[in-house]
Amino acid sequence: MSVKDQVITILAEQALLDVSDVTLESTLDDLSIDSMGVVETIFVIEETFDVAVPFNANDPSASSFDISSVAAIVAAVEGLVAEKG
Amino acid sequence: MARVAVTGAGTINALGHNVAETFAAFRNGVCGIKPLQFRDVDRLSIKIGGQVGNYDEAEHFNRQQISLYDRFTQFTLLAAREAVAQSGLTFSGDLSVQAGAILGTAAGGMNTWDDNYRDVYEGGKNRVHPFVVPKLMNNAAVSHLSMEHNLKGPTFTVSTACASSNHAMGLAFQMIRSGACKAMLTGGSEAMLTFGGIKAWEGLRVMSKDACRPFSANRNGMVQGEGAGVFVFEDWDHATARGAEILAEVVGFAMTSDASDIVMPSKQGAARAISGALRDAELAPEDVQYINAHGTGTAANDKTECAAVADVFGAQADSVMISSTKSMHGHLIGGTGAVEFLACLMALRDGVIAPTIGYEAPDAECALDVVPNVARDAKVTATLSNAFAFGGLNAVLALKAA
Repeated sequence: MSVKDQVITILAEQALLDVSDVTLESTLDDLSIDSMGVVETIFVIEETFDVAVPFNANDPSASSFDISSVAAIVAAVEGLVAEKG
Repeated sequence: MARVAVTGAGTINALGHNVAETFAAFRNGVCGIKPLQFRDVDRLSIKIGGQVGNYDEAEHFNRQQISLYDRFTQFTLLAAREAVAQSGLTFSGDLSVQAGAILGTAAGGMNTWDDNYRDVYEGGKNRVHPFVVPKLMNNAAVSHLSMEHNLKGPTFTVSTACASSNHAMGLAFQMIRSGACKAMLTGGSEAMLTFGGIKAWEGLRVMSKDACRPFSANRNGMVQGEGAGVFVFEDWDHATARGAEILAEVVGFAMTSDASDIVMPSKQGAARAISGALRDAELAPEDVQYINAHGTGTAANDKTECAAVADVFGAQADSVMISSTKSMHGHLIGGTGAVEFLACLMALRDGVIAPTIGYEAPDAECALDVVPNVARDAKVTATLSNAFAFGGLNAVLALKAA
């Protein structure tokens, strides 16, 4: 499964939605994933891809990890996976 | 001062998943202590306990809730649902801000500690689930309880080892008696039956390998249990005005500290708590027919407790009934006073005294009527419920029939 598909599966699981309901344009708000949900999602991403996500729940917008949309999250995870090599 | 009514009761413990099942087990002297079933139990020397059986968390909670609710929180919420349903109360508007919750627990989210320590120490993992802290904290249960029932008044957890629930219920009683609140959810919960939980207790060498036999000459220690008891305490006039069924009246509470030893009990400290509860309730010893004992089944507790009761009750000590239901459901540590409170309700409402099962031989140092092995019918108008914690902290409640 591609990184994109895996991330979408993780988000769908978190949002209790069908995978087909999660699009690249969706925001976390659209998916009704709240702040606790974001932290849990990031944990699952770290566990799944064995990466460390640079995310600070105190100030999400200041984090280098972009969570503004599903596409942004996919891109950020792809970046982390590529860095890992 | 306001009078305090009990208008709801709920529980889950080794004897049943609700009050009716627990009462039936009390009446029939059923033993809920069985071989423990959890990971690595073979590495323990103590392999028995009062575990909640036939329990599937997924039957009661969704996945998101389970990710936040440790077992001790789950037990709390289930017991509270039963109690609130029985009370018929809905916490909204003014009542919501005049209602709160005080719960006892000794260890809080022990399963969460245990599982995650395993992951990081034994499993070498460097990352834990983000909800570990909100799941394990001792106030997790009471906070989720306040969210589920919209309780916006005084809400907190007390942790005084084996007296936690009695301290919690005593404070809830005072909260209503003083007029600070109209209704309180109170009681306690414990879920310490994990490898680490039992291993820690093994260290003290006070645990029995075969049975909990309070007051029996051949008793050889305590047996742990798990579960929760939650009650609705309500301002008497508030309860009667809405025509609520009143299960019993809480009439007195006293707490003392031995100020002497971190584990050994003191007759004087226990006696002061017992006599203090009677005084607070304006009851004389001859008014009380039943005492729910702390009765742990250890050598030290049982003889000290009997001596304390004898001191306070004097000549009346021979006619009062005293039993320990820990022989059936085990010692729920911080939740134990709450489940044992049920034995007082049963005595006051149904006129049935729960027995001390596992009683095999009389002990001259426990020469009271301990209602051995078989439940007994009796007319009961007032009861006491004892709890004496490690650390020398004692808490005794007094109840009267409604």
